Amino acid sequence: MATVVDRKHPFKTSLSSKFLWLGLFAYLAYAFSTLDIGWNRFVLGLDQGARLVDRLFPPNFARWELLLSDLIESLQIAIIASVLGIVISLFVGLMAARNLMPNAISIPVRVFIALCRTFHPVIIAILFVKAVGFGAMAGILTLTVASIGFVAKLFAEAIEEISFKQVEAIRATGAGFISTIVFAVIPQVFSRFIGFSIYQLDSNLRNSTMIGIVGAGGLGGTLFSAFQRFDYDFVTAILMAIIALILVGEALSNLVRRIFQ
Amino acid sequence: MKADTLKTPMSNSELTPKWERFTLGERTARYMVYLVIIMSFLASLRTVEIIPEFLLDAPEQMADLFSRMWPMDFASYPTTIHGAMLDTLHIATLGTLLSLILAIPLALMNARNIVKSPWLNWIAKFFLVASRSVNSLVWALLFVAVFGPGVLAGVLAVALRSVGFVGKLFSEALEEVNMGSVEAIRATGASFTSVLIKAYWPQAKPAFFSILLFRWDINVRESAVLGLVGAGGIGVVLNNAMNLFQWPKVAMVLTTIFIVVLLIEYIVVQVRKRLM
Repeated sequence: MATVVDRKHPFKTSLSSKFLWLGLFAYLAYAFSTLDIGWNRFVLGLDQGARLVDRLFPPNFARWELLLSDLIESLQIAIIASVLGIVISLFVGLMAARNLMPNAISIPVRVFIALCRTFHPVIIAILFVKAVGFGAMAGILTLTVASIGFVAKLFAEAIEEISFKQVEAIRATGAGFISTIVFAVIPQVFSRFIGFSIYQLDSNLRNSTMIGIVGAGGLGGTLFSAFQRFDYDFVTAILMAIIALILVGEALSNLVRRIFQ
Repeated sequence: MKADTLKTPMSNSELTPKWERFTLGERTARYMVYLVIIMSFLASLRTVEIIPEFLLDAPEQMADLFSRMWPMDFASYPTTIHGAMLDTLHIATLGTLLSLILAIPLALMNARNIVKSPWLNWIAKFFLVASRSVNSLVWALLFVAVFGPGVLAGVLAVALRSVGFVGKLFSEALEEVNMGSVEAIRATGASFTSVLIKAYWPQAKPAFFSILLFRWDINVRESAVLGLVGAGGIGVVLNNAMNLFQWPKVAMVLTTIFIVVLLIEYIVVQVRKRLM
């Protein structure tokens, strides 16, 4: 029996995937209709936007002392949180690796890492602000938790991908557990660990300028209050400071990455 | 002496230099990095403003917080939280969609194997970097100032933050395509759009959907907090509940966010498995 070949559509999309697309479009249309996004509002907003841009410039650096002290606080939060988070991740990541640890250890540690990752830093910051009060300490704890969630997860995954031959070779010499980790596991994953750490330092720097919105120290608090007081020219100055900080951070992390390559 | 008898004019160790993993320069550079990190860490630790009394108080405060949160306010879920959570999901989805509309032209313009002009590449790169450098909360603050509090500000904030991310990764995927098939299609005399659709798109398609899913996942998490600055969604409910010290309701909101984020992650993993 000769099968009919549809020459026009050699790779026909299946019926189920068509329905999936249809469902997706229906959902998008529904989502759009439920949200109160009128064209009028958009046009009205554009007018308002022009006025806002007008008030954003020129940036006002009159309160540069406040700006500088906040900037330094953001930097301090980012550095302390990154160092703490990365050092803790080193151990947590090792404990979460399923090829080195029994399930009794790795499963609870993995749940802990997942918990650290699930919440946005701002939500974690809210809890820590309640626990340790306003200020830099809450920021440090928040970003430490965020760092553990990211670095420990990726580090554990990197460890799970290592070649086990070296581990066996080192074990065969009669080395203990610590020696096996230090001489067989760490050398295989160290460069990737450095990579994750640099990335996290960069992202902590960005987030440290943000968590101040809920009172956890750094530039964010000043930014938020400047917005609420319609102090828009100061807002521009703060934003420029943040962007400068991020650019410097990016340049430094590129330098470190090149050194460790 | 014994050492004299052993000494030969050309010992083996002199011929082959001692093996070293890194050169002296590399090692010095590394130690400098460690040194700088430790010094900046110590300097930060000494100067940062921490009130020790607050820190000692922390466990008590935490216990107090959780005791106030329990039992959770389940009754508030159907009345306020459910609708706000749906709004958050809509914000994330529509924001991702809108970011796509902006990101695709920029990604094409940024890909050096599609647009040959370095000037256009740089312009695209500038927009992508600018979008990524500004946190979505700052975008939200700006859009709340422009369009007023509400969902529209949230959608635009999510979209503008995502443009840089999606655009950068998509243009990297485009730059990695195999140019052989591009040249083959070009040799048939195909127009620019045909080359894009028939040569670039099929190769970049898996990467495109995986980037999109990844960003959607991130956007759901981010849009949950945008409401704290007034950009709609569950964050508004969270903010109001916190300002009124309704801790049982706060606990309910946090639990809802937790469950939704886990669900979204599960869905993304499943869809990605099908796509790959």
